[in-house]
Amino acid sequence: MARMATNRRVAISTIGAWLAGFLIFFPILWMVLASLKTELEAFAIPPSFLFFHWTLENYVTVQERSDYIHHALNSIIIAGGSTLIALLIAIPAAWSMAFSPTKRTKDVLLWMLSTKMMPPVGVLVPIYLIWRDFGLLDSLTGLIIILCLGNLPIVIWMLFTYFKEIPRDILEAARMDGATVGRELVYVLTPMAVPGLASTLLLNLILAWNEAFWTLNLSTLNAAPLTVFIASYSSPEGLFWAKLSAASTLAIAPILVLGWFSQRQLVRGLTFGAVK
Amino acid sequence: MATKQTQLLARTLLSPAVVLLLVWMIVPLALTIYFSTLHYNLLDGDSGQFVGLDNFRYFLTDPAFLASLQNTLVLVGSVLGLTILLGIPLALLLDQPVIGRSIVRLMVIAPFFVMPTVSALVWKNLLMHPVSGLFAWIAKLFGLIPIDWFNDAPLFAIILIVTWQWLPFATLILLTALQSLDEEQKEAAEMDGARATSTFIYITLPHLARPITVVILIETIFLLTVFAEIFVTTGGGPGLQTTNIAFLIYSQALIQYDIGSASAGGLVAVIIANIVAFFLVRIVGRNLEA
Repeated sequence: MARMATNRRVAISTIGAWLAGFLIFFPILWMVLASLKTELEAFAIPPSFLFFHWTLENYVTVQERSDYIHHALNSIIIAGGSTLIALLIAIPAAWSMAFSPTKRTKDVLLWMLSTKMMPPVGVLVPIYLIWRDFGLLDSLTGLIIILCLGNLPIVIWMLFTYFKEIPRDILEAARMDGATVGRELVYVLTPMAVPGLASTLLLNLILAWNEAFWTLNLSTLNAAPLTVFIASYSSPEGLFWAKLSAASTLAIAPILVLGWFSQRQLVRGLTFGAVK
Repeated sequence: MATKQTQLLARTLLSPAVVLLLVWMIVPLALTIYFSTLHYNLLDGDSGQFVGLDNFRYFLTDPAFLASLQNTLVLVGSVLGLTILLGIPLALLLDQPVIGRSIVRLMVIAPFFVMPTVSALVWKNLLMHPVSGLFAWIAKLFGLIPIDWFNDAPLFAIILIVTWQWLPFATLILLTALQSLDEEQKEAAEMDGARATSTFIYITLPHLARPITVVILIETIFLLTVFAEIFVTTGGGPGLQTTNIAFLIYSQALIQYDIGSASAGGLVAVIIANIVAFFLVRIVGRNLEA
């Protein structure tokens, strides 16, 4: 017999959950509200929660400053570029380990995972010097390379766990029917792998978009993505709360939407398949 | 059966990734080790001579190292404790029949997608500002003196911000684990007259042991290198109060340009992270057998 949820129990847990959810979400809500206020109202004590002069002027101001679009474009290029390149390298690797495993496949996978455990700060010095010598500091190429390498182990791992779930029988059936490796890849594997590929792409876009160690250390202006642009508001003279909030809202909105779509894959991707 | 040809193909497909990761792992690490044995300062033209382990002696006996090690441990420990202690009840709550659960889930998960520089600045200014922040206003409502977070309790302020960012992660993983818990087992316990508390202690909690371990290990890896939150709020201060190891190495390398000492510190960070990684790899590896 299934347990019957009593009305009272549902009511209590619903109220509790909504309260907790609201509290956790509140800083984001408060930021969005502040972005719709004037600078004076954003600063005002007592704060106004809903009854203020609603305005979009901060968004216009932030948008008018051409550098906002510049940094947003940088974010898109860096996150998109590093994710796509990582996928191009990872797809063949994960495919090969999932479908032609050898005795050493497990060791290779664990070794790849272990490279992700290296703290970035442990190699900050040589990377900074190498980037300086190759003229890669504050360049999009430099950031794409470093984020691609940093996320490559996660991409390979995620793809591997997805590919492993594709039933082998189908492949064997295709082979019996005389399909070549190329045909097998195009007609059998690709359609079955698309959901896994999409989730991997999504999660890595999010990770790369929000990455704030390498971007803060290796870029200043030209290649600076939104993480660095927002950090420029930390200086005391730049304390315009309403504009900071508007810029922040624009910076997190696209990724928040993507993130909400990918929350299930998030668990799997970030725990390397240990929790599904 | 795999033919020689497919084996060769498999190896060819795998090699670019392996080579890249090998280079990515070995070259910077080897350079870090090499630099750590040199007297090497970018501002000092006369640098480059071999000094053995002097940098390590200097880094490890620097009072800043002990302070930052302590800050790192307090930060990692507190955030771990808070995210798990808050995450368990939150996950249990979300596992209940809740009207509009998917919306609540979205609200709970949201902070995880906020970039670190945004969350740090929004908390620092809009919420924690000692005069115009929302917390100050709430404190005054209750007749309390507002806390000047970043002067009176700077490390705690950072801990709060980072906890807010990682609570969704812990909650989501624990919730995913809870949802895979066998409902029949809990029902059987209830039929046998077990109370809710004993069901929790004897059935739910043991089931959560593994996901909790995973949360601890993965959060530790990321928390050991918390950087952006400190960079945009306190810059490591006041004094050394919010300097963690990651920030200390950054300031030695890119503010004081002391490459040798920063490299020695980097290696210390690598060793600490490896101790954690050792356990995580074992757990994930066990999962691969299945």
